[in-house]
Amino acid sequence: MDALRIPILKIGNTLITSIQTELHDASAVQFKDDLLERIHTTRAQGVVIDLTAVDLVDSFIGRLISDIGAMCGLMGTQVVLTGIQPAVAITLVELGLELPRIHTALNLEKGLALFQSKPEGIGHEQP
Amino acid sequence: MSSPSDVTIRSDLDIVIARTSARDVAKRLGFGAIDQARIATAVSELARNIFLYAGSGTVSVHLLDRLGRCGIEIVCQDQGPGIADIPLVMQDGYSTSRGMGMGLPGAKRLMDEFDLRSQVGAGTTVICRKWRR
Repeated sequence: MDALRIPILKIGNTLITSIQTELHDASAVQFKDDLLERIHTTRAQGVVIDLTAVDLVDSFIGRLISDIGAMCGLMGTQVVLTGIQPAVAITLVELGLELPRIHTALNLEKGLALFQSKPEGIGHEQP
Repeated sequence: MSSPSDVTIRSDLDIVIARTSARDVAKRLGFGAIDQARIATAVSELARNIFLYAGSGTVSVHLLDRLGRCGIEIVCQDQGPGIADIPLVMQDGYSTSRGMGMGLPGAKRLMDEFDLRSQVGAGTTVICRKWRR
């Protein structure tokens, strides 16, 4: 069965994607592959993954998000997760998945602002 | 004890069906949004274990009503290879697959009661419960 593709939009140097569907394992893996390919073809410096509509992140999806963060880091791109629901934050911590290396922001607007205010990327001080 | 939901796990799509139907039952029973997420996440972990390690199995959701206490019971059964060392698989971070090893101990933390029984060569049954506060 073909996985439903999650749209990935580009604004300036940033890719924006919002997960709006219930992710099964194959569609989540497809999303990771699509996102890395788009980073490569667009040379995006930042990626915002909006999770506002996601009501469940289990250990599989949590690991995948953690992998995406690490892989994007290897490619020189930074990832920000936005809009994590309270129930998702609570279950992730209770599961033992705190995603320590992933940047987060309260919502999409604040996530995008992280890239706009620091064009060299998060965590890099401007001279 | 009635069984409003029985899902056969054969593919990763069935994991989504199992967790969605468990969440629906939890919602109908009056569990809050956070407990609904805990229950659905625990079912997702347990259903994935069935899919990864046994290939197939069932997840059934039961309503509990004991002395006026209302709860939900999840029964996951498979006829897979079974688990030889249960304390080992209940350790955080132990995994024989590419997972993070959070599945079983994580599901236990998300639920109020958790019972795992397994026989090597015969299969595994997990029964877990959550009570409405």
